[in-house]
Amino acid sequence: MARRNTRGSLNPNSESVLLMPVPDNLEFFIDPSRCIGCQACIQACSECDTHKGQSMIQLDWVDRAQSTQTVPVVCMHCESPTCAEVCPADAIKRTGDGVVQTARKPRCIACNNCVLACPFGVPKMNTGMNLMMKCDMCYDRASVGLKPMCASVCPSQALAFGTREEMARLRPSARPANTFQFGAQTIRTKVNIMIPRDSPTDIVDVTSSMYEPALGCELLDGLFAESLYEG
Amino acid sequence: MTREVSIATSWGVGLTLALGALIVAGSRNLAHFDAALVAYTFSILFATFGLTYRYAMWLQRPPTAVYWRRGWQVFFRSGWRLRNAGTWFRRLVSEFLANRFIFQRNRLRGITHLLIMWGCLIAVAITFPLVFGWLHFQPVAGDLSLYEAVIFGFPVFRFPHESAVAFFLFHGLVWASFLVIAGVMLAMRRRMREEGAAALQRFAEDFMPLILLFAVSLTGLMLTASYTWMKGYGYTFIAILHAITVIGTFLWLPFGKFFHIFQRPAQMGVGFYKDVGRAEAKACCRGCGHAFTSRMHVEDLMEVERKLGYRYEIPGTEAEHYQWICPSCRRASLAIAQGLLWRGRRGGVPLEADARAISMPVRVNRGMGEGPLGVEDAENFYP
Ligand code: SF4
Ligand code: SF4
Repeated sequence: MARRNTRGSLNPNSESVLLMPVPDNLEFFIDPSRCIGCQACIQACSECDTHKGQSMIQLDWVDRAQSTQTVPVVCMHCESPTCAEVCPADAIKRTGDGVVQTARKPRCIACNNCVLACPFGVPKMNTGMNLMMKCDMCYDRASVGLKPMCASVCPSQALAFGTREEMARLRPSARPANTFQFGAQTIRTKVNIMIPRDSPTDIVDVTSSMYEPALGCELLDGLFAESLYEG
Repeated sequence: MTREVSIATSWGVGLTLALGALIVAGSRNLAHFDAALVAYTFSILFATFGLTYRYAMWLQRPPTAVYWRRGWQVFFRSGWRLRNAGTWFRRLVSEFLANRFIFQRNRLRGITHLLIMWGCLIAVAITFPLVFGWLHFQPVAGDLSLYEAVIFGFPVFRFPHESAVAFFLFHGLVWASFLVIAGVMLAMRRRMREEGAAALQRFAEDFMPLILLFAVSLTGLMLTASYTWMKGYGYTFIAILHAITVIGTFLWLPFGKFFHIFQRPAQMGVGFYKDVGRAEAKACCRGCGHAFTSRMHVEDLMEVERKLGYRYEIPGTEAEHYQWICPSCRRASLAIAQGLLWRGRRGGVPLEADARAISMPVRVNRGMGEGPLGVEDAENFYP
């Protein structure tokens, strides 16, 4: 049941049992700076069968008074998910294909640990139901090769789902990265974030930007120069 | 054997022996113990070991250990005891006996769970004492129209065997099976029809328990039917079948979904922890400055993360540890970090960094399915 992971902690949360894996070649790519804050993802997400009527996407204005910058966050499906490891009830399982599922209903005791510990700020707490809810990459869809709801509607493709080849073709100036730095902790994720192709670093250092102000609206000016449908 | 395993094994062995001793004592040195039920007894003893072992292992995981310790501490915190006792009773009734939180998920799910839960509770309350020889019924010498219930060897009450009490007592298992079967049917229906459930369910975890419960109830009813209406036709065969299903269920108890029965009460501790946390010092985000949870929770989580081997410390900053940053600011930081990598390429320039405090990120839309899911969600994300 429990096996030791690389950091020496007991990790009962890795399960290799799964019904249908998400196809290997399909991946999730996010690019927050393409987000135009249109909320289509929120609408689409709330139509999903596993959390009817509630959106699991977190969409914020970074600094509403000053900037148009918005940030859509889906679960990044960490390789070593903090949410699952701090869960006292073993309610969060990671499937063999690397998808970190939402809390198992009979188990979750609504302690809020995962909500407060997730480095990306993803899980939500449904107090009345005594249940944590979070994005599970639309497992019902992704496992049969369909795009998750949000990625299927995002007009700027800030949330995109497809193959690496497709992304390379559509975004000639960008490349995917999946390593994040939070203080002394490095986290690798299944979901990719787009960084400049010639970026000198592969790591997105989140905590070093913690006290930076939001980006100004000029950010968006050059954004659509890079055509969505080029090639 | 690691330390965790030896602790868990000793607890398992200890509790199993204690139950064994209680069986011997409660049945007056096995005088009232029905030898035909010995297989049931052993499967229950095995389940006791398995459950205790798993529970003890579970309690030793860092997050569980912290919650376990803190749960008791806050329960007995001075100034809170009376209030906690009241809350305990209230939650026992609303959350556990009435499954209020499951009804909040969906009414039909609530009914389903209530049926299965009460069916099983009634069945366990009747069968365990009988199997262990803790309870038996005997005719009253001198008045053959009366039965006497003997509990732990002491006569407790008498009732006529043509009475409603007798009817309900002796048919208790039949009522329990009806509840369980109805519940299992509803659960199966949901699992077969709901696409959300279909995506996540797994056979061993989700169907197996339902099949076991159904088999136990059905074979139990067949026994009753056999001796009531069919002059005991096929009784021995059905009895063996029933025994196999029941024993199978007990053996499965420590491994699969049934373990939640024992895990779930931890929800109580969590409740007290949150009550106390809410009344005491708040943790303020070291980014935007807003309070987002209790200080106690942040500090405990830092301890848990350290024990798990996570290093979210951020030396040389005023935040010190990433746990002091609220979830909203974490998401904003992610966007800013990525945006800055694109600086000069996509034309983005950071705003003038004046002395103004970093402002709290706000939800794009608080309605439209993105609103807070409850009070805590509101505190965490919508200060
Ligand atoms: S992003 Fe958060 S919720 Fe998703 S797997 Fe990682 S820690 Fe868990
Ligand atoms: S809220 Fe539920 S899923 Fe999250 S850590 Fe607590 S028990 Fe686990």
